[in-house]
Amino acid sequence: MNENKEEIRIDFQHYQAAHCENGVTSSLLKHYNINLSEAMVFGIGSGLFFSYMPFLKLNYLPVISFRPLPGMIFRRVSKRIGIKIHSQKFKDHEKSMQVLDETIKKGIPTGCRVGVYHLTYFPRPYRFHFNAHNIIVFGRENDNYLISDPIMETPVTLTYKDLLRVRYARGISAPKGRMYYIEDVPEKYDLSKAIIKGIRQNSKHMLNIPVPLFGVKGIRYMARRMKKWPDKLGEKKASLYLGQVVRMLEEIGTGGAGFRFIYAAFLQEAAKVLNQDWLNEMSRKMTEAGDQWREFAIIAGRIFKGRDSEEESYNAAAEILMDIADREEQIFRKLKKISMK
Amino acid sequence: MKKKDIPQDNEGLSEGKLRDLCYAVDENGNYMTAYSTGWTPKNVAMKMAWDVIEKKVEETRKKVLSGKLSQLAYYMEKNIMNLKLLSQYTGIPKRKIRKHMKPKVFEGLDDENLKKYSQTFDISLEELKDIKRIENT
Repeated sequence: MNENKEEIRIDFQHYQAAHCENGVTSSLLKHYNINLSEAMVFGIGSGLFFSYMPFLKLNYLPVISFRPLPGMIFRRVSKRIGIKIHSQKFKDHEKSMQVLDETIKKGIPTGCRVGVYHLTYFPRPYRFHFNAHNIIVFGRENDNYLISDPIMETPVTLTYKDLLRVRYARGISAPKGRMYYIEDVPEKYDLSKAIIKGIRQNSKHMLNIPVPLFGVKGIRYMARRMKKWPDKLGEKKASLYLGQVVRMLEEIGTGGAGFRFIYAAFLQEAAKVLNQDWLNEMSRKMTEAGDQWREFAIIAGRIFKGRDSEEESYNAAAEILMDIADREEQIFRKLKKISMK
Repeated sequence: MKKKDIPQDNEGLSEGKLRDLCYAVDENGNYMTAYSTGWTPKNVAMKMAWDVIEKKVEETRKKVLSGKLSQLAYYMEKNIMNLKLLSQYTGIPKRKIRKHMKPKVFEGLDDENLKKYSQTFDISLEELKDIKRIENT
């Protein structure tokens, strides 16, 4: 099992990112000389989203998300830039490690989907049973795998046993040993077209999904329910619900304000690439929306500490969300109309 | 968010192992990235989530020490698992795990079963068997 004693170290540059999926995508692309920033990857991959699904519970709390399903950003970017991806899952645990070894031996940095609960280098308070984390394996020194985890400031290592364990974490969206790598990159790609496609799809997802749980409608839906939380759930549970919103908004990997600032950074980059100055204005508006999300978190923080009168605060928090929904609706109504000049 | 407003409310949650990368605008309105060591509303929200877990662990620990449940229940809660997840990790059916939660049944378990549990919880067989280990936590 561990007889493989040779050392493999791919010349791979580690970059820290706010979010793992953007980060892995951006780092892998850079390795093949496609220089797209994390923000650019996020924008092309239509990464901004909102969903509120109170009937789905995770540890007794409603599922709230500020991003699309795991893997979507990577898939969309690959498609829009024209990159060929190889991806596979394994039933046989040992085999999944063997194939990983063979792949890095060929000099191919390889992405792995992992669970964070057993990720030994992660701070303990961040280790929940969350299974959609992404890391890049870029070498092996005896029993230690060299890992570029986009959340970390520098490369880290995992032993054979520990890597195997996180690749086979169990529970919701179990990674099942999934690994993926870039097979082929195009010599030329149309960045402008990719950006426009990304923005258009993102606008649709924020505005036009015909279910009120998603996009700006989802924000309003949550806001309306939020006003009733203290009455319906009681003080304790209501603050846990609110805590869940804040965690999804800020806990590791959103770059602040539920990805709104990353998206604003993307719009700024897009303005330059497309030479369309109005996108800078959109970026400023998106920053303002992000600032409002932060305001919301501050009010929530005061509620956690029991400083304000409860009913008033939940109303105030919900009102901010209503305002945010309006702002984001206006932004995406304009962005939806984007085209080449 | 402006660069100068990036919060640095370090309350030890990242154990010095990492800093969050944040996006913010500089003096000229251009986006850049910088580190944050934490932000109070986020820190509080995280602590709240852990408080819920720790409370549940402590309740279960008391039940174990008073003989109502086997230590299996304690380690399950401590690892933030439920029956379903523990069953997935160990390969032991849920109804069997439920039985193993009874102290009498747990005492009679063979090492083969116990090993599946101890490996999942990342503890030694001796640690799992010895109920005294959870007396002073």
